[in-house]
Amino acid sequence: MKNITKLGAVSALSLLIGASAAFAENIKIAFIDPLSGPFASTGTNGLHQFEFAADYMVNQKGGLLDGQMMEVIGFDNKISPKESLIQLQVAIDQGVRFIVQGNSSGVANALTEAIDKHNKRNPDSRVLFLNYAAVDPALTNDKCNFWHFRFDANADIKMDALTDVIAQDEALKKIYIIGQDYSFGKAVSAAANSMLGAKRPDIEIVGDELHPIGKVKDFTPYARKIVSSGADAVITGNWGADMLGLGKSIIENGFEGPIYTYYAAGSGITGAFGESGKNRIRLISQGGINPIASDEARATYEAFEAKYPEGNIDQSRIFNVIGMLGQAITEAGTSTDVVAIGTKLEGMEYDSMWGGKLFMRPQDHQLIQDMHVAVHTDENLDFDYDNSGFGVVTETTIEMASMDSPTTCEMKRP
Amino acid sequence: MTVSDPKHDIPEGAREKDQITTDPSQASQRMRAGSMTMTLAPWLIAIVVLVFLPMVFTNNSALTIMNQMSITIVFALAYNMLLGQGGMLSFGHAVYAGVGGFACMHIMNMSDFFESMPLVILPIFGGLFGMGLAMIVGSFSTRSAGTVFAMISLGVGELIAACSVIIVAFFGGEEGISGDRTYAQPFFGVEFLQQIEVYYLTIAWLVISAALMYLWSRTPVGRMANAVRDNPERAEFLGYSSRWVRYYSFIASGFFCGIAGGLFAINYEILTEENLNTTSSGVILLVTFLGGVGFFFGPIIGAIAFTLLQTVLSLSTELWAFYAGVLFVATVMFFPGGLAGLLMMHVPVFKLGKARTLFIPYLKTLLPGAIGLLGLAALVEMTFHFRHAATGDDEMTIFWTTFNSHEVLPWVIAIAVTAIGLGITKATAPALRDAWNEANTAGGAS
Amino acid sequence: MDLILVNLIDGLVTGLLLFMLSAGLTLIFSMMGVLNFAHASFYMLGAYFAYQISIALGFWMGLLIAPILVGVLGAGVERYGLRRVHQYGHVPELIFTFGLALLIEEMVQFIWGKNQMAYSVPEVLNFTAFAISGNSIPAYKIFMIFISIGIFIGLLYVLTKTRVGMIIQAALSYPRTVEALGHNVPLIFMGVFGVGTALAGLAGVIAGPVLGTFPGMAFVLGSIVFVTIVIGGLGSLWGALVASLLIGWITTFAKSYNIEMEGILNAIGISTPEDLSESVFRDFWSLTSPQIADILPYILMVLILIFRPAGLFGKRQS
Repeated sequence: MKNITKLGAVSALSLLIGASAAFAENIKIAFIDPLSGPFASTGTNGLHQFEFAADYMVNQKGGLLDGQMMEVIGFDNKISPKESLIQLQVAIDQGVRFIVQGNSSGVANALTEAIDKHNKRNPDSRVLFLNYAAVDPALTNDKCNFWHFRFDANADIKMDALTDVIAQDEALKKIYIIGQDYSFGKAVSAAANSMLGAKRPDIEIVGDELHPIGKVKDFTPYARKIVSSGADAVITGNWGADMLGLGKSIIENGFEGPIYTYYAAGSGITGAFGESGKNRIRLISQGGINPIASDEARATYEAFEAKYPEGNIDQSRIFNVIGMLGQAITEAGTSTDVVAIGTKLEGMEYDSMWGGKLFMRPQDHQLIQDMHVAVHTDENLDFDYDNSGFGVVTETTIEMASMDSPTTCEMKRP
Repeated sequence: MTVSDPKHDIPEGAREKDQITTDPSQASQRMRAGSMTMTLAPWLIAIVVLVFLPMVFTNNSALTIMNQMSITIVFALAYNMLLGQGGMLSFGHAVYAGVGGFACMHIMNMSDFFESMPLVILPIFGGLFGMGLAMIVGSFSTRSAGTVFAMISLGVGELIAACSVIIVAFFGGEEGISGDRTYAQPFFGVEFLQQIEVYYLTIAWLVISAALMYLWSRTPVGRMANAVRDNPERAEFLGYSSRWVRYYSFIASGFFCGIAGGLFAINYEILTEENLNTTSSGVILLVTFLGGVGFFFGPIIGAIAFTLLQTVLSLSTELWAFYAGVLFVATVMFFPGGLAGLLMMHVPVFKLGKARTLFIPYLKTLLPGAIGLLGLAALVEMTFHFRHAATGDDEMTIFWTTFNSHEVLPWVIAIAVTAIGLGITKATAPALRDAWNEANTAGGAS
Repeated sequence: MDLILVNLIDGLVTGLLLFMLSAGLTLIFSMMGVLNFAHASFYMLGAYFAYQISIALGFWMGLLIAPILVGVLGAGVERYGLRRVHQYGHVPELIFTFGLALLIEEMVQFIWGKNQMAYSVPEVLNFTAFAISGNSIPAYKIFMIFISIGIFIGLLYVLTKTRVGMIIQAALSYPRTVEALGHNVPLIFMGVFGVGTALAGLAGVIAGPVLGTFPGMAFVLGSIVFVTIVIGGLGSLWGALVASLLIGWITTFAKSYNIEMEGILNAIGISTPEDLSESVFRDFWSLTSPQIADILPYILMVLILIFRPAGLFGKRQS
């Protein structure tokens, strides 16, 4: 009895898998990120930005090489590393050559190792890993490999830029660091401590705290500690519900100073902060939205808004990924030989529509770009987030941040 | 009138040669005694099917999914040792599989030791660690059954899952622990570089574990677990300590969970916090229940069905979790015996030889029913798409047809299909009921 | 000293919120013997309904109508779902509520989407009531405290001083006898379930602006509510109150004061190992109380289950 059911069930599976392997000519990009569950909104927003970028920047201009179109296929990994590995296999079997992922450094770590092993064991179906948002420094240091390219500044680069800005403000004497208790939060804390210590030894770190990730419902006790420590400013790498909860709690409970964050914008967070976060919340990010960096960017954003009225371009680096990939494919003359494409990608210089030049460092495949520290406000906006009237306006720009920063990567090239 | 002589005229049925005694030396009579043998046929068929399955589904993703099914099957069978056979509901059971898996990953990373052993024996270590943890936790949790046991398991499960992010040394924090399985001692020249080799390793362990668990359920301790589940007080009258029976079942379950964890480690080469958390524990509970807790092969069906739901269905629709929720609620409400229960309901019908009489009624009722349900699903998908898709993204694809979800015609068609399908089902349902009753009645006369 | 007062107030707010959730759950458990996994989902529905109503009619109408809606929904679930499943035993009931929780979460995402809703504190309460040495106490929190205490007093009154309450208490312990006396026990069960879920919905209405209104909010609170009722004793209202407050205060104080494991171990004579980063126990040594604040309730629950399985105030062991 059990065998019959097993047979029947697995035949259904084969039908589904067979049916989906229909396309052959397109350049396929697999987007492996959460499309359901608690992080679905970030994942879906990212997928929309990728689909739009591929369509607007490449397909509408006639495609690449001899008219090949870019196709972005979404795979729901439910933020789970195991599911990501399964979807990776499914994607590879569908003929995908380029994997993009960014939500969760945990998944990124799992994927980069799996891809490295797969490429070693299966040289005829190699893939590239284009990491657009996972900022764990280890991915371009100890865990680096030839197939992984990171398009967002990693946590250390962001902290470097942030501490440059903090160091210039003489009024800040006491800083409180708080983050989520996992590798990223710890990396932020370690970087903040060492870089502030080097640039402004007179600054006192009055608090250095980690809280359980995704579990804290009420941030009030942490906010109390921050207020009573007498801190002038807060640094945090929190994202998602943790960022919203922490920020709201700090502001509500009487903290007056600036809050320097990595991820306090977009996905409903800007709308939720609204008036309460005005001129208080600061964001370190890439890509100039306000003021908009170029006419091309303006046209792109307006076209995006027409298609997705509820969406934001809060990850403009996605457009950089598509742009650089397209340029690499064109320069290499092939869309299937990933070694050739990868070789063109490393060391590439690219002019981004979001302002400034981009440079993919060959030694560790970390993209070097301009970093902006922006403030949450409703004044001087070209584009707002979440249809809330509030957005992030660039205050300071650091050009080609951390261009010469060291790396422990020892890359083995194929 | 014949006088019956009690000494010499023994009535029919009372004569010695008519007695149904059990002579253990006769193989045909051993089954009656309920001994340790098992019918070999289903197992052999299953093994043959498993061995030849990769020839039907050749691509790597199908192999990966089949491996995932196998791991879930082992885990679900181990879980059913407690739930179905022991009546113990455990909420935090994923930790035993998780800890076993993490231990295997650490062994993978101990290069000297790992290079000297063949990969095939790695799951045993996972089993040992899982068993160890079960021994510790079971020592206090199995003292009581029922709700207290369930709550302790919840507490312990949450604790260990929460600790996993704090104790980075063993659990690796957010990134988990990763390793490379190809550095073990080659096993007859196989280094397990290819997915197909891992598949054969996994199914070998699957068959061995399932057979061992089946045999366990036939041992005295396994049988007493059933007794303790049904009536602990009477079990104690027989002289068995229900506490110790529960404890042994718990330890055995922990061992096989650890093996599942070890297989996971071999397959994915990475273990993370998600292997331990309450969601995984909840999933295995649902999987086992969906398959049916009353039969040994129930969890097998449940594991296959759920893996298909989660991995394959999620490729086609964003709403797979919604369908999973509906399926579970429907299972509990309408067929709590699970899918296995549904199948086994037909055993009397087969025995009576009346299976053929059910074929037409099933076709008449279930086929329109299935079409009606698919129509409902289409409506749900269309509503979702209508509400949440981007502006201008009007087209959607379902059941291999692409159409515009903002036009009226597709809605009309979908509603019509649903209504007709469900209508026919409702109309033919009484006929099915009659046919079912008829099929379950022995003899030709009604 | 001031900080202690602030923490007391914060812990009180958390604890009372937890109480509103656990009161309903413990009553439902003692009545039906089923752990309602979907309880936190009704909490979530309360927040979402209130958000939707508040867009059209304002926060106060939401506060009034949403719990009633949730209660009616809960009663319906009991009547058409749970009652049917009850005959199959405890485990199917549990799985039913489990599946229901999953279903409700998916329905919420289906209707309202996956983003966080902009459900905020009403303007009239959006000010600082008072401040204790720089730490401001928002007026909304005071409002939360008063509502929760009001609910508790109301429940206590109804259960102990009114006739209906007496019947309910009797039906909780001896349903067959009460039925034999002529009371409509199934109706009572439906009513208790409805009121329990309405309470959860009310907690959602109030907590939604503070803790965020998003589809994961039920999952986040789900298990801690069970821990609360187990510690307090299944079926005991006083137990639920004491346990909720205890958990609220323990977690708040653990987060406020950075008690380090290293300090404790040094104090009892174990000295820190030389090279901490290589030690296998390094995580244990670097533990601080905020890290483990949220898992302290689980440790407490396991201890209570080992040494006093009926809970602090539990009347019977099931």
